[in-house]
Amino acid sequence: MGAYVRPRELRAALEVLAGSDGQVIAGGTDIFPARAHAAAWGAPRDSDLLDVTAIEAMRGISREGFGWRIGAATSWAALRDTALPPGFDALREAARQVGGRQVQARATLGGNLCNASPAADGVPPLLVLDAEVELASLNGSRRLALGDFLLGNRRTARAKDELLVAIHVHEAMAQSPSVFLKLGSRAHLVISIVMVAANAAGRVAVGSCSEVARLLDGRGLSPIDDVRATADYRRLAAAELVARARERLAA
Amino acid sequence: MIPLQVNGAARQLDLPGQVRLADALRDTLGLTGTKLGCDAGDCGACTVLVDGAHACACLVPLGQCEGSRIETVEGLAQTAEGQALMARFHAHGAAQCGICTPGMLMAGTELLRRNPSPSEAEVEEALGGVLCRCTGYRRIIDAIRGVEAAVGAGAVGDRLPRVDGAPKLDGTERFGADLAPADALWMRAIRSPHAHARFVLGDMAGFLAAHPGIRAVLTAGDVPGRNGYGIYPHIKDQPVFAEERVLHRGDPVCAVVGTRRAVEALRFDALPLAWEVLTPVTDPGVALRSEALHAQFPDNVLTTGFVRRGDAEAALAGCAHVAGGEWQTSFVEHAYIEPEAGFARRIGDRIELWSSTQAPGMDREEVAGVLGLSMDQVRIIPSACGGGFGGKLDAGIQPMLAVAAWVLDHPVRAVWSRTESMAASTKRHPARIAARAGCDAEGRLVALDFEGIYDTGAYASWGPTVAGRVPVHATGPYRVPHVRARARAVHTHQPPSGAFRGFGVPQAAVAQEMLWDRLADAAGLDRLEFRIRNALVAGDTTATGQLLEHSAGQRLCFEALRPAWIEWREQAAARNATGGVLRHGVGVAGMWYGIGNTGMSNPSEMRIVLGTDGRITFFNGAVDIGQGSSTVLMQIAAETLGLPVAALGHVNGDTAATLDAGKTSASRQTFVSGRAAQEAAAALRDKILRGSNGCLGWDGALTLDGAPFRPSEALEGYGRFDPPTVPLDAEGQGIPYATYGFAAQLCALAVDVKLGTVKLERFVAAHDVGRAINPTLVEGQIHGGIAQGIGLALMEEYIPGRTENLHDYLIPSFGDVPPIDCILIEEREPLGPYGAKGVGEPALVATAPAILSAIRDATGAEIHRIPALPHRVLEALHSTGRW
Repeated sequence: MGAYVRPRELRAALEVLAGSDGQVIAGGTDIFPARAHAAAWGAPRDSDLLDVTAIEAMRGISREGFGWRIGAATSWAALRDTALPPGFDALREAARQVGGRQVQARATLGGNLCNASPAADGVPPLLVLDAEVELASLNGSRRLALGDFLLGNRRTARAKDELLVAIHVHEAMAQSPSVFLKLGSRAHLVISIVMVAANAAGRVAVGSCSEVARLLDGRGLSPIDDVRATADYRRLAAAELVARARERLAA
Repeated sequence: MIPLQVNGAARQLDLPGQVRLADALRDTLGLTGTKLGCDAGDCGACTVLVDGAHACACLVPLGQCEGSRIETVEGLAQTAEGQALMARFHAHGAAQCGICTPGMLMAGTELLRRNPSPSEAEVEEALGGVLCRCTGYRRIIDAIRGVEAAVGAGAVGDRLPRVDGAPKLDGTERFGADLAPADALWMRAIRSPHAHARFVLGDMAGFLAAHPGIRAVLTAGDVPGRNGYGIYPHIKDQPVFAEERVLHRGDPVCAVVGTRRAVEALRFDALPLAWEVLTPVTDPGVALRSEALHAQFPDNVLTTGFVRRGDAEAALAGCAHVAGGEWQTSFVEHAYIEPEAGFARRIGDRIELWSSTQAPGMDREEVAGVLGLSMDQVRIIPSACGGGFGGKLDAGIQPMLAVAAWVLDHPVRAVWSRTESMAASTKRHPARIAARAGCDAEGRLVALDFEGIYDTGAYASWGPTVAGRVPVHATGPYRVPHVRARARAVHTHQPPSGAFRGFGVPQAAVAQEMLWDRLADAAGLDRLEFRIRNALVAGDTTATGQLLEHSAGQRLCFEALRPAWIEWREQAAARNATGGVLRHGVGVAGMWYGIGNTGMSNPSEMRIVLGTDGRITFFNGAVDIGQGSSTVLMQIAAETLGLPVAALGHVNGDTAATLDAGKTSASRQTFVSGRAAQEAAAALRDKILRGSNGCLGWDGALTLDGAPFRPSEALEGYGRFDPPTVPLDAEGQGIPYATYGFAAQLCALAVDVKLGTVKLERFVAAHDVGRAINPTLVEGQIHGGIAQGIGLALMEEYIPGRTENLHDYLIPSFGDVPPIDCILIEEREPLGPYGAKGVGEPALVATAPAILSAIRDATGAEIHRIPALPHRVLEALHSTGRW
């Protein structure tokens, strides 16, 4: 079994990361299922784990400067249960619909972004919020727009020695009312067929209809056929959900 | 050392931080009440509370629990709050098989602590992370909310809480993975990732030398007896380990046995195993023209079932109205929350096997066969069964466990992962059905022509049973004088299709009921009245020439729906009149279902013993897989004896102690084993009456002249029942079943015409069960059957290699099953115990057609391919031209 460390200080974590090929774990709600999947057909994984959930600097939601800072290891449950300005309504609705309460209690916003699934529930609401991610390494830290951080299906701009430590949102966006709509084939525990986030500032993002969820900016979507739906269906459903999201904002 | 608090006690665990909390609880602390169903956070069975919050123990590294407060079901059972909630679950029948129950209880406890009076919606949201495959969730909602439950004492007809309920609630129940000798080796099958391939196994000595923890690699050559098993005596086609060729993804080629660590760490590519991948045949239509999978069946047709009465072709030509169409259904996975697990051990020249099963008697035969032993050398001890639904009727894990323990002369255990369970176990047959039916100008059914191709996959399993049962049921519970019905089970390189609640009938019912909707429309009749007009009643003759003499309550079932039918349709019309994207509709469907095997013997034997110590013990070989047969049979036995249920001890399933009651399938245990239990109890009562010399007392306990009655030698009552049937001839004429269950269900729903999504609003289900021995359990079956019917209709589609987990393969969750009203019709069956028939499968059959009927009513769209996923519904909506 691989090594496991759970440092309390960011600096210590970054030092571990710089010298390791291990995986970063937060809520574990993607890592353990991936391990089960790999083991099922005889390719068990046994990586070292760097657990970031004890790092105080990576937790919590706070006002900071001209906006808001959400620690990357903040759980969905914390987002769900914290009173926040209306710009976060979409994100908090996503929090209520991501898995069951078991997953919400442990899975983190940062993990959702780093896992970089095309169906990541956190991405459309954060794109609408024009969020930035803060990456840290021993060499310092940098900020990237979320759209620049997400490169593709399971691909991000995070370098191996970097940790995603926080997500930042400007106050203007935080105040703009927002909605989130998720479409799936059952009531709970569902990976979306299509999801849409939108805010009163006119920003609209669509998830599960391209390799990475994206803002509607004139580029077409590029959905695929899979077990959940056809590409044609996703196009129609996305258009319908976008219209409904706008209607709801107008109301 | 990791310090934490478990159920109030401080613990220090000397385990690596990566160890999952679930494994630490189960393997190190022995707290097996926390169940593992998926290892991926999809099912929630392993829900525990970590610092008061929900967590899937399979997703939490132990390192994160440092200093945390962990609560499991074992701790909850020690508290007043836990006991109160468990009592409510018990009274409502909210635990059936019990495998999800610890997770439900923990999730419910968290909710009730922060919200003592939750609404239905709040329960659904709070417990939405836990899946249940048995109950349909409604009883769990009632139990959490503290809705009052009716509870009876135990007479026939009473709502007796299940006799095996307590251990399912307090975490002490032992399922397949919960028990094994401490020194047991672990076994893991190596399965084909290819649907069709040849393979060569190489130098095993070299492999073993390089893998010191692996004790053996077992292959076909290690099977001491026959390397084949299967339901039918003449088709033992499924190998314990494949020989040279694999026929579906998931076929086992060998198994490794060794220490747990070595077995779990093994990479399949480390094995000397070379593949030559071949082209699979995945389409049954193509298979009819392809090379044979099995030489025994050159055209790949495993079985053809056929029924002919009158002249359907000629009669259709003369019908005033004719409707026809084609339908397609998908592979459906049983998705019991407990994956297969168990252990085997050799004791001299005998073998003992503990595992989760629906058919200990058949397991015994299969184990004897593959080991080359006699039946009396094999003992099967069924564990608690965490859901079956037909999927644990086939031997699967048992033959290879037995071979390993026998060959190595050492206890061997195995626990399948969710993915292995899905890849290796049987499925519901996908069906392609083409059917035409006609009626006269007054809406009386005249003729049906039905052709079904059922994809039976790589091995026979229960394929012949399905193909045999479908044509008999093709008319549904309706008078149709001219019938031609054929169903063929066709081999492909797909998962073996086997038994799944309904044996092919739910698929056929989808076609049949849509035809009736169309014919009713064509004849200008109300859809319910059309069905009432054509419903079978006592005195009618079926398509197999069987005269129904008794207990044919189909018309009563339909008539019981009339008030809701009228009211719901008015409501739907009113809501539709206001416009909008939601269109409301009401659907109706009927079903009948033959109880027990089709035209062949299926006896059950029971015995009840009064010992010299005065104790009465019911030796019951009918495995209770959560449906409640133990409770029902105890009620029957106790009533017949004239004693309360509490006066009887109970031994269940162990083949060394019980007689063969036959398998728990075909909705047969209440009817067949119930009658055998009744006979056994009557025989014992008779012996007691004849063997006592004094004044017997039956008031609560058996007494003689006021003292406990202790006979000088044990008295045994034996009972046997084999329902009388007549095998079908070449034209499908005969008496396939001694009795039938009948039912009708209504479904109200809303379709979003822009998104193709379907929101179910409610069901009412009327079931003729002959006599409800225990109404709570009957309703539990109806709820659970409807939940599985919802899955069949709207979301479940197994695709090998693609939906091998419970996040890509979706079963209904909380919130997908709307409120259900049950109406029990009791048309006594003279052959049944106290008039009872069966309900397990009837519960499911009418649901999918009722849903499709409601979608058609709401929108005009006809669904011909299920599951009706949103994109399929939207396509059907567009094809109407209305939306």
